[in-house]
Amino acid sequence: MDKKMTKKEYMEWSQKEAPKTKKGRNMLMAFLVGGTICTIGQIINNLLLDAGMIKEDSSAVTTLIMIFLGAFLTGLNIYDNIGKVGGAGASIPVTGFANSIVSPAMEYKKEGYVMGVGAKMFLIAGPVLVYGVVASIICGIFYYLFR
Amino acid sequence: MGTRLGKQTIRLDSHPVIQSWAAIVGAKEGQGPLSRYFDEVVEDEYYGEKSFEKAESKFVRETFSKILMKGEVSAGDIQYIFAGDLLNQCIAASFGVSSSEIPYFGLYGACSTMAESLSLGSMVVEGGMAERVICITSSHFCSAEKQFRFPLEFGSQRPPTAQWTVTGSGGVMVGSAGDGPRVVHVTTGKIVDMGITDSNDMGAAMAPAAVDTITAHFTETGFPHDYYDLIVTGDLGSHGKNLCCQLLEGNGINIQTCYDDCGTMIFNENQQTDCGGSGCACSATVFAGYLLEKLSKREINKLLLVSTGALHSPISIQQGDSILTIAHAVGIEMTVN
Repeated sequence: MDKKMTKKEYMEWSQKEAPKTKKGRNMLMAFLVGGTICTIGQIINNLLLDAGMIKEDSSAVTTLIMIFLGAFLTGLNIYDNIGKVGGAGASIPVTGFANSIVSPAMEYKKEGYVMGVGAKMFLIAGPVLVYGVVASIICGIFYYLFR
Repeated sequence: MGTRLGKQTIRLDSHPVIQSWAAIVGAKEGQGPLSRYFDEVVEDEYYGEKSFEKAESKFVRETFSKILMKGEVSAGDIQYIFAGDLLNQCIAASFGVSSSEIPYFGLYGACSTMAESLSLGSMVVEGGMAERVICITSSHFCSAEKQFRFPLEFGSQRPPTAQWTVTGSGGVMVGSAGDGPRVVHVTTGKIVDMGITDSNDMGAAMAPAAVDTITAHFTETGFPHDYYDLIVTGDLGSHGKNLCCQLLEGNGINIQTCYDDCGTMIFNENQQTDCGGSGCACSATVFAGYLLEKLSKREINKLLLVSTGALHSPISIQQGDSILTIAHAVGIEMTVN
């Protein structure tokens, strides 16, 4: 091959030649899919409030229902297709979080319930949980010191 | 006994014969343009087994049986098996041929395993160490995704440079006598590292390895650049193929009219595979399904198979290492001068 091209030059050149991500379409689809998921959540929340639930409870129950929907659609092999179209619009809402936990649990079931499902369930969500907890501890310390 | 032509290339003077071949693929490959050339299309991604890994082994086992059947030989007539796949410790190949009781070499050349196993098998036959050997490899979309990327049901987007691991197995039986396509040259690849770290951009990572091996092949054999009717790379995909063409042109090798890539051949553009197919089975099934058929019907007479492989692991990627790549070339001819 061309000995004159350095690694850096090759990387830049190959990236220039690479097919490009359809950013506009992806952003629009993320907006629509994410918006749809949030609208469904809002509808559920409103229905719960109409049924006489207090606001604190309705938020928690709505989240539970959305997590169930995300997990359920993952189990039906549907959520991955929503993710393919919606990108971050499907992965940022809590339904996407449910998907990130249920999908490895399904995949690693063949390796058993302990070292498979148990150990691999948080393969994707693990970092989010670890750093989420760390961030909340730091925020808690600041809150305690400066409130 | 073979003649060394240069640092990487040897000529096999006895011209080992590819006596029989077989390719079995999954459902998506069965919907592709080469569908009718495969021995069997398996619709069930589990192939009746309990896991994707076991399914991949079954692909190997069934392809192996088919090669024996088509070659009208029994397992006892085979002296060696050269086999490998993408899974950790090559479990698909090992479990696939475990019941055959034939001396076995397990290989890891990532997606270059077809040309690697064919090179080694042909060299052993050339050296008179065996009458007949089988060279076989496999990959499975689901087991490869599980090992290298995300769980199947995880909703993520594929970048446009991504490729689709071919599900299936392809293999050949190489022997010292008979009629059929003959292995004439073997150019063994060197490890090439051009600093690519994105495991979703294998085409760009592997293109320089293909260029290196093809250039070495032409330099060391002294062949004119139009010597082969067809030169195929293993799984560069549309992106890598484009890079490979341009890099070869830069080296003064213009093969555009007789060059193709198995990754772009195996799927249709509307099958949403982004840049095309990849995996050990990509070059193995296209070679053992389509290309050997074309050779045996003399629709092409000279073929250079250049299987390309990326020698990375999820651990090396996570530790920030770049993707090492390799390409092995095997020159196969119908009429040998």
